[in-house]
Amino acid sequence: MSAALATRQTVAAILFVGVLAVVPIIADDYQIAVLAQVFLTAIVGIAWNLMMGYAGQLSLGHALYFGVGAYVLAILTERYGVSPWLAMIPAAVVPGVFGILIGALGFRFSVRGVYFALLTIAFAEMARIGFEHWDYVGKNGGFFLSALTSANNPMRSLRGGATFIYYALLICMVLTWSLSIVLVRSRLGYFWRAVREDEDAARAMGVKALRHKLLVVAISAAITGIAGAWFALINGSLFPDSVLGMRISIDLIVAPVVGGLGTLFGPIFGALLVVPVNEFTRSLSQSFSINGLNLLFYGVLLMVIVKIAPHGCWPAIAGWLRLSKHGRS
Amino acid sequence: MSVFDLYANAVLNGLMIGAIYALIATGLNIIFGVMRVVNFAHGEMVVIGMYIGFAVWKFSGLPPLAAVPIATLVMFMAGYLFQRAIGNDFVDQPQHIQFVFYIGLGLTITGLHAVIFGPDPRGIQDAMSFVSYRIGIFRVDASRLNAAAAALIIIFGLWAWLRYSLTGKSLHAAGENLTGGKVIGIRISHVFALTAAIGMACAGTAGALIAPLYDVTPYLAYEFTLTAFIIVIVGGLASLPGALVGGLLIGVSEALAAAIVSPSAKSFISYSLLIVMLLIKPDGLFSPRRTSR
Repeated sequence: MSAALATRQTVAAILFVGVLAVVPIIADDYQIAVLAQVFLTAIVGIAWNLMMGYAGQLSLGHALYFGVGAYVLAILTERYGVSPWLAMIPAAVVPGVFGILIGALGFRFSVRGVYFALLTIAFAEMARIGFEHWDYVGKNGGFFLSALTSANNPMRSLRGGATFIYYALLICMVLTWSLSIVLVRSRLGYFWRAVREDEDAARAMGVKALRHKLLVVAISAAITGIAGAWFALINGSLFPDSVLGMRISIDLIVAPVVGGLGTLFGPIFGALLVVPVNEFTRSLSQSFSINGLNLLFYGVLLMVIVKIAPHGCWPAIAGWLRLSKHGRS
Repeated sequence: MSVFDLYANAVLNGLMIGAIYALIATGLNIIFGVMRVVNFAHGEMVVIGMYIGFAVWKFSGLPPLAAVPIATLVMFMAGYLFQRAIGNDFVDQPQHIQFVFYIGLGLTITGLHAVIFGPDPRGIQDAMSFVSYRIGIFRVDASRLNAAAAALIIIFGLWAWLRYSLTGKSLHAAGENLTGGKVIGIRISHVFALTAAIGMACAGTAGALIAPLYDVTPYLAYEFTLTAFIIVIVGGLASLPGALVGGLLIGVSEALAAAIVSPSAKSFISYSLLIVMLLIKPDGLFSPRRTSR
């Protein structure tokens, strides 16, 4: 990569984050909340993209990690009075361990491609059904965090108004993004791509494919778990279907695919595109009170995007803005 | 009714619903077997069939079974046109792109259903719904028996057609070896469109068959999709006997789980079965010879 390109990329990244940092001054609460949703979607998108876009492992069951992260944090803070700062650690570790277990099972028995994807769906759906029958977490009735009092200190409870959530998630997203840049450009990132391109060849070259695949699943699951934990803090209520359902696994894949798999900025760009459209069509559907209008729009949009830009929108735009050599980084 | 009678009836009911599942899974399997495309919108196609069944009954007053050939025909044509117009562009795309495309298609169909029919459950109330036969310890709903019998006839008819007709053989050839198929003059885009047409017609027909049995809502689709996937994996991807045996197996195990444990436990059992199969024998019970594309 030329020095000029690296400089352009750095300047663009700083500009992007800088603009986002001042947006709350002019935006209203609704727009701030939508943007916070964009950040959350981008975080899980980056996590999923590490696994699919870089290591080539298709997971359609990331809702499992998201939901487990959410429940772990909610249970620890609500039932055991643990500080949410501290609870973030198990909310990342537990899904990470689940990821390793599922990955180990799948990879050990060399379940690949579609089969691996279906294995991940099966585990996620079993977890959902399990939580729906688990008394301790309130079954289908949901699990609730206690209501915020007037003495609430956002820095202690990690819960607060739209602006607090906005900045918290912005910081999280920038951290996740930076982590993904570091990982992808490290030796590890090259091993992952070697496994993605041709696992058998990579093995023959001495790449420890199993270890690297397990590592990427663990990292991806842990980040997704943290995102789930934030979801719990933001919403204050958890239902098995709303955090572990198939819909979560789908929504979380859409942004990186639309943005561009195997690109560092793709998941963020995809989230910026998909989340507002989703919000807009939902409000449209509500204001005309036509049920299903949002699904219709969203579905058509997905088909159109993968039809015109199967490799995502970002590579083309990055090339146009002269921010990449040839799309993929 | 004794406990034994209860379980015996559960098994019979499971076999009957399993025959319908088998028809749905056969459609999915044909599409995968020939094109190596995973149709994640398959459940939505079943729901289309259910709505066709409902609409025909509601607006024409014909008996529910009359809607079945209509659903078959509509879905056949829709499948053919869809595949010719857009589906063929995605046959060579990587799996995750296909996944997003078919998810988009599924959401579009679900959205259309919700816009047209609303979110409320729609059911067929027909005189036939109340007829049941009593054979020994078994109690059989007439509409369920009809649906299962029709599904089995269609499945066996389809097998025979795929095996003995020239077109059926060309489908098979394209699935076995695409390049070889082209070499001997098979029109691939036509064959693929025909495959999609048959696959979707299977789903739509199954939907029309179960329309008198279940109330239809737009959001039923994904459970059908996942059930079809479980069956296909358990039976063997791209294997037609696998789809039949897998369908019956899942139908029975779900019915037994519902009778013994609780109705909400039935999918848990299916997923466990799926995971065990994926780990010990990912090719399924009936794995066709491994061929590379």
